[in-house]
Amino acid sequence: MLNKRRLGTLAEPIIEGFIRFCGFSAILFVAGIFFFVFREGADFLFTKLNVKEFLTSAEWYPDSPGNKRYGVLALMAGTASVTVLAMAIAVPFGLGAAIFISEFCGQRLKETFKIVIELLAAIPSVVWGFIGLTVMNPLIIKLFNAPIGLNVLNGGVILALMSVPIIVSIGEDSLKAVPDSYREAALALGATRWQIVYRVLLPAAKNGLLAAALLGVGRGVGETIAVLMATGHAVQIPHSLLDPVRTLTATIAAELGEAPVHSDHYQVLFIIGILLFTITFVVNLTADLVVKGIKGK
Amino acid sequence: MQKSKLSRTFILCLFAALVMLAQTGCGRKSETSVARISIQNQGSDTMVNLAQAWAERYTEIDSTVSIEISGGGSGTGIAALINGTVDIANSSRKLEESEKAKAQQNTGEEPQEYMVGYDAMAIFVHKNNPLEEITLEQLADIYGESARSTKWSQLGVKNAACASDEIIRVSRQNNSGTYHYFREAVLGKGHDFKLGSVDMNGSKDVVELVSKTPCAIGYSGMGYATDEVKMLRVAKKKGEPAYAPSVETALNHTYPISRPLYMYTSGEPSAHVKKYLDWIHSDAGQQIVLENGYVPLPKDGSLSGGTPAKE
Repeated sequence: MLNKRRLGTLAEPIIEGFIRFCGFSAILFVAGIFFFVFREGADFLFTKLNVKEFLTSAEWYPDSPGNKRYGVLALMAGTASVTVLAMAIAVPFGLGAAIFISEFCGQRLKETFKIVIELLAAIPSVVWGFIGLTVMNPLIIKLFNAPIGLNVLNGGVILALMSVPIIVSIGEDSLKAVPDSYREAALALGATRWQIVYRVLLPAAKNGLLAAALLGVGRGVGETIAVLMATGHAVQIPHSLLDPVRTLTATIAAELGEAPVHSDHYQVLFIIGILLFTITFVVNLTADLVVKGIKGK
Repeated sequence: MQKSKLSRTFILCLFAALVMLAQTGCGRKSETSVARISIQNQGSDTMVNLAQAWAERYTEIDSTVSIEISGGGSGTGIAALINGTVDIANSSRKLEESEKAKAQQNTGEEPQEYMVGYDAMAIFVHKNNPLEEITLEQLADIYGESARSTKWSQLGVKNAACASDEIIRVSRQNNSGTYHYFREAVLGKGHDFKLGSVDMNGSKDVVELVSKTPCAIGYSGMGYATDEVKMLRVAKKKGEPAYAPSVETALNHTYPISRPLYMYTSGEPSAHVKKYLDWIHSDAGQQIVLENGYVPLPKDGSLSGGTPAKE
């Protein structure tokens, strides 16, 4: 008995230390990854790269025999177009589904929905890409008379389907977190169900819902293999939803294996990594600031 | 309760580990004489089906080796050769001097080249496309950096299945030897592709996409042809006769875009790799080349270098 207690007093600081380490490890990993990615690309970034051309030129010729050009504007446009379309579809759908599951459906239906949505989230991204390539491609050609079915629309829809489960589960959690007393108070005032959702729940769960949408954006910017397969992988600035595009992530995935280590091409791919890192950092930071701003009010 | 469950799992794991150990132990005893030597073979996506077929047949004959094939593109194979992580690198293009120097510098051995067959690079369109033949100039005018052909009507055909009339260029990612060969042989040395082509990851993917896309044109190895796509006859220039890709036209150089396929080893190959390469060059090995839709080496042993690249 005494022994056990002594073990307990000993174990306590060890466990506490371990948990502390787990917490700090997040910072450690982020810093480590940033350091590594930056180190691989830094040499080229500061010496040879024309940053203005890099960001404003759409000419991506990393292995041209005569005239190598590194312009990522078309790739950024690709990432932006696919992400924006995906969010335009996924945010209303996801939040709508979250509201329905949380407020309007019965207990049994709710459980079924949650299981199905979790299943949807568990589908590997390469399978989504496969669906884009084999199912959506002929479908889009047929429906829209498009010259090719691998395009912004295909990638956007696939990405939307991938983001919906995240948005639904986080959105639903944040709606559930609104105290029942709010609902009861609204009911007591004679509000209809829709009025409760619109006037009470949405403002109360604003932060969580915003976080849900932004996590969806993060997924959109970072998703690689599914968009690589579904967007057609073509370097151009899209003029319509039916144009094939190529994203930043897909470019890294497709070309890093071949680029000889420490060559210019290799380093530029790492600079694209830095760019992606910066984009997600800015998105997260804005999210934080917006959430704080809302809280401040 | 929790504790007993945990210990049960532990015992189960232990048991599983023991069983596995026992098995490997037994295996070692009975199979000492046939411990397989592994040959790592990586590279060209054009050649991956062929390499697989060779490996399967060869390991039936010689049970002392196992051959592991992976694709990824000629560039990937060459990178592995430079890093010294493969026994044989497959490539559908010749090693560049700079790559040769890099490999020598990295591994201390000079890469050895073995020509193992030919491939006729076929130009594919959708089976409903009325186009039958094309010239290299027209191809350059579709794919090249200063290309002007963007509509099927510019090639003089009415592609009814393709409502927008737009030519969808299907190309390969830049780690592909086929991509490099096309750039050199069709667009000309020092020229670039026009951006905006749909770049696929593998030879098969190109054919697959073209078969589903009435507006598309693509290039890939002749061995990847299916019933769903049409291979165009290719002429060097306007007015010259166009030839369909085949074994004969590739060997007598009338088909303008055929190329040799290579295998590279780092320095002199070890005995079992050498034996494998010799077998590939034998009649049995070359028969497999033919069976898989590629072009075998000519019997007389005259190893000419395929269609010379356009200057």
